[in-house]
Amino acid sequence: MKKLARLFLALALVLALSISAAAAEIVVGIVNNPPSESGYREANVLDFEAVFCAENGYTAKTFYSLQNDEQLAAAQQFITDGVDYLLISAAETTGWDAVLESAAENGIPVFLFDRMIDCDESLYEAAVVSDMANQGDLAVAWLIAQNLSEYKIIHIQGAMGSDAQLGRTGALDEQVAAADNWSIVVQQTATWDEAEARNIVEAVINSGEDFNVIYAENDGMARGAVAALDAAGITHGVGGKVIIIGFDCNRWALREVLAGNWNYDGQCSPFQAAVIDGMIKTLENGGTIETKIVISEEKGFDAATITQADIDQYGLGE
Amino acid sequence: MAELMKKTKKANKKNLGGYAQLLVPLLSILLIVVFNLFRDPSFFSVTTTTNNLGNTVLAGNLISILNSASELAIIAMGMTLVTAACGGQDISVGALATIAGSVFVKILRGGEITIGSIVVGFLACCAVAMLFGAFNGTLVSVFRIQPMIATLVLFTCGRSIAYWINGGATPTISSPLITALGSFIPGCPIPTPIIIVAVMAVLLALLFRFTTLGLYTQTVGVNQRAARLNGISPLVMKLVSFMLLGVCCAVAGCIGVSRLSLINHETMLLEIEMDAILAVAIGGNALGGGKFKVSGSVLGAYAIQALTTTLYAMKVPSTDVKAYKAVVIILIVIISSPVVKQAASRLWAKTRRLTAAKAGKEVSA
Repeated sequence: MKKLARLFLALALVLALSISAAAAEIVVGIVNNPPSESGYREANVLDFEAVFCAENGYTAKTFYSLQNDEQLAAAQQFITDGVDYLLISAAETTGWDAVLESAAENGIPVFLFDRMIDCDESLYEAAVVSDMANQGDLAVAWLIAQNLSEYKIIHIQGAMGSDAQLGRTGALDEQVAAADNWSIVVQQTATWDEAEARNIVEAVINSGEDFNVIYAENDGMARGAVAALDAAGITHGVGGKVIIIGFDCNRWALREVLAGNWNYDGQCSPFQAAVIDGMIKTLENGGTIETKIVISEEKGFDAATITQADIDQYGLGE
Repeated sequence: MAELMKKTKKANKKNLGGYAQLLVPLLSILLIVVFNLFRDPSFFSVTTTTNNLGNTVLAGNLISILNSASELAIIAMGMTLVTAACGGQDISVGALATIAGSVFVKILRGGEITIGSIVVGFLACCAVAMLFGAFNGTLVSVFRIQPMIATLVLFTCGRSIAYWINGGATPTISSPLITALGSFIPGCPIPTPIIIVAVMAVLLALLFRFTTLGLYTQTVGVNQRAARLNGISPLVMKLVSFMLLGVCCAVAGCIGVSRLSLINHETMLLEIEMDAILAVAIGGNALGGGKFKVSGSVLGAYAIQALTTTLYAMKVPSTDVKAYKAVVIILIVIISSPVVKQAASRLWAKTRRLTAAKAGKEVSA
């Protein structure tokens, strides 16, 4: 099966290459995760497709996989094909040294986007990434500003060990340890699964324990948590008993914030293509890139201040 | 055929009508229930509350368990049939349910959501799921590929197909009708998914009662050659079992979508194939095919969900949940293993002989 899949993949690659052989000026090889992964990824892929297109003077070769080894093979292939630039959002943070070294030997500048790779700084030109810890800090700072007399939090985590989970959990854990009136009612992972989040909140409600904050590490899990509250007749959102916090800024989630059903949604910006485009243009014009690591500017949306314009501009998906 | 039916019935009668098989799942549920009652006597208390839509509804851990296990219970029903007929398991059920859910969402997003469009959507996703089921079934019956390998194809690509159907990562649908389907129908205090499980169980029971489906499936599972010699086509029976599993997946997919009015192709019913196979095993069904009891698998499904809910209620840390679950599952599987069963029945026979001998002595004295 795997062999067949590989054969298929190789065929697809050859086909893609032969089609794109009618070259425009700059050839970029983009290695990313598949758009089906999440609303975030979908927007990310669309962003790159929109920027690295023929009108902007690019020929883009793309490869999508959740598997690190497949990504590595594709990147190596792009190097062999002689692309001008290599853009990578790695499935895993490790194992990339050999491929990046081979890119350096061939004089191909590498840009990392969305996620960092564990390797020497000299192996890439620049990285444009999200700071997950900063997203957590922003949300916790917002929560502190709400000035509740007591914080009793249900904390629903994403897939354990993922960048987003570590960053968003870290900020909350620190604050709970530091402040006396902050306590965690329950801290459990739903591995990004909406239904699992609902089950976790349902269990807390059934136990009769009191809580007034739900800190869910993505929008889907926040939605699951809210479904459990709705079924139990517990009010939430602006003027409700329970504060709802989500992350990622899916458009439907921001609508919930605008409607006052949720209180806060933290942004995780998938828009890195424009920044990288600017950097490539700088290199093409003989310039040099000053900053090695660019952190995408991200913010959070509060139900009190969000507008329809925010949803149109920052919302992901539909 | 009537002869054969009579014979099985006779054999079943000797075997407490086949109900002895339910001992293990019942025992495991009892184990979890007793454990919880010791831990927290109010664990199973059922209360009524008013939900945010103003309906009076039932609430409590018991309701949560029955409600959350719905998808698993329904898929376990179909999985039992496939296991019985083919002597192997379908590992693509999660992916297939997601495809079905995706079709459901696609159709509902096509226009205004009415009861009519929901019915059309449901029928369409049933048809699609049966088609994919037939695909799996053909690989297994015609090409005689081991079921786990045959269904690996759909397991691998199913979620991508589901994504293609909708073309968006987490499409949403919003309508009070969908909410009613996934949580509560106004005026009815019982969660709708529980009612759907009951309806499916009744339909399946009627199917077994008024057709020879059950008997034929079992016959094919026990001995294919003998079945063919008796005029039963193993090919057809295997295909039918996979298509019925397809329908089960479609129902589970629709429930999954309705619960949150959203579909996430990557996480919906993730790893449910493992739980479904486990439910079939806990239900005392032979994983190598042949004799089966759907009710056993359904009880198995509830046992698994009861375990998960218990772990949540105990606030077992995120990272440890799976380890705890594994320990309990090992226990249950060992208890239901043939070795332990044989030892238990030997012990049972021995004590009976001893008591009988004792009684005999008393009489003679």
